[in-house]
Amino acid sequence: MPKISKLHLYQIGLFVGSLFVWEGLVRAKIADAFFFSMPSSIFLRLAEWLIKGDIYRHLSITFIETLSAFVMGTGLGIGIGLWLALAPKALKVLEPYIKAFNAIPRVVLAPIFTLWFGLGMISKVALGVTLVFFLAFFNTYQGIREVNPVILANARMLGASRSQLLRHVYLPSTAGWIISSLRSSIGFAVVGAVVGEYLGSSAGLGYLIAQAEGVFDTTGVFAGMTLLVVFVLILDSVVNQVERHILAWRPSGT
Amino acid sequence: MTNPNKSAVQLEGITVRFGDYTAVENVSFEVGEGEFVAIVGPTGCGKSTLLSVVAGLLLPTSGEIRTFNEATKGLNRWVGYLFQQDALLPWKTALDNVAIGLIFRQVPTQEARQQAQEWLAKVGLKGFENYYPHQLSGGMKKRVGLAQILILNPKILLMDEPFSALDVQTRNLMENELLRLWQEDRKSVLFVTHDLEEAVALTDRVLVLSAGPASKLMGEFTIPLSRPRDVAEIRLTDKFLEIHREIWHILRGEVLKSYAQNF
Repeated sequence: MPKISKLHLYQIGLFVGSLFVWEGLVRAKIADAFFFSMPSSIFLRLAEWLIKGDIYRHLSITFIETLSAFVMGTGLGIGIGLWLALAPKALKVLEPYIKAFNAIPRVVLAPIFTLWFGLGMISKVALGVTLVFFLAFFNTYQGIREVNPVILANARMLGASRSQLLRHVYLPSTAGWIISSLRSSIGFAVVGAVVGEYLGSSAGLGYLIAQAEGVFDTTGVFAGMTLLVVFVLILDSVVNQVERHILAWRPSGT
Repeated sequence: MTNPNKSAVQLEGITVRFGDYTAVENVSFEVGEGEFVAIVGPTGCGKSTLLSVVAGLLLPTSGEIRTFNEATKGLNRWVGYLFQQDALLPWKTALDNVAIGLIFRQVPTQEARQQAQEWLAKVGLKGFENYYPHQLSGGMKKRVGLAQILILNPKILLMDEPFSALDVQTRNLMENELLRLWQEDRKSVLFVTHDLEEAVALTDRVLVLSAGPASKLMGEFTIPLSRPRDVAEIRLTDKFLEIHREIWHILRGEVLKSYAQNF
């Protein structure tokens, strides 16, 4: 235990130290507050937001968009990944299309989605889904492809049907891949939501940051970014808990 | 039940090619009911290939497999296959690994676990029910693997160098254990190994396969040693040494050939 607390001490020290340097540089007029703002003003701004309460609406909207994109994107990705990994013929037909879609930089789709689905949440969710889908898809596909052939042969010899193979061999074996994709997926879902909001919306964290940028309010931009970081860290720790629960069979330390 | 004169598995003219490479060529032999047969041969001689063919995991290029006088197509439902590598499901406990074959056969979970518990005790792993494979030693994993197969009561056991990764002491222990379990209901066993001593100590008959590619059957030896046997003690008897020398005489040439090709 003492070892861990020491590590934490270093981590906190680094954080506090860099904040002090930042604050000091701006206060000493070496860095311009207009461009760099200051930790103290950012903190005050955050406090102001949290007290005024307006921020919760933005947060909840971004949260709903993120969650919807995450659930739909991973659901579709895992489903289609499983299907194509186990149906090589369908894969051969669809492969060039998947590659082509994946080659599109997703940001350029945002205006199109806004045209199609309007300025509301749906266009943001759609953008998030296109980001999350491929990640979940490729990881699931790869996971299925790398199932240990001996374990597979053994399960078949023990009489497993196709659906039993899926449930007892393919899925648990792929779980590691899928879960590791979930962690990056949550990040991508946030990116989809925030970038969508940033490019055109009337609410959400991305909107907040875009608004602040529009009036050169650096403090507002940094405060928005801070909220975003905390937001992603919380989601990440939730996924981490789920991972531990599902992968309990693995040797610890790997 | 036991009748070595009645055939359990029959291979006829089995040839397996992978592209241009011929693994085994025109191999024919039989394993009788309740008979314990070993295939020995140098590494890379296609021993495992033959087992995969009997299991139905691999389709031979030509030739036919008959199991209890019926042509075998697809997976061979009569056999249990103990693989050389670890084949346990790493995400299931020892108990659930043993129960899984019954679960696949729609046996209710409660009952499957009950039987699995009995089988774990039979292979000497009482108390290890809730261990995951990575928490078990190599020998223990083999025991779980054995229980996983025997719980389904297959008529024929295929074993692919099952003990080759174990240390010598554990290995002798496992071999005796296998003989003890086999003695109970005398399944037909086809046991592949590169270890001639192991083959002679365990089996009724030893088949010698030539060095690959295009391995052929080189010879067939009946082992006139009485049962029950203790694998460690029987190795010291004159009879054992005599038959061992006789088979080694043929096998040695093949091993040297295999070395010459590979090194």
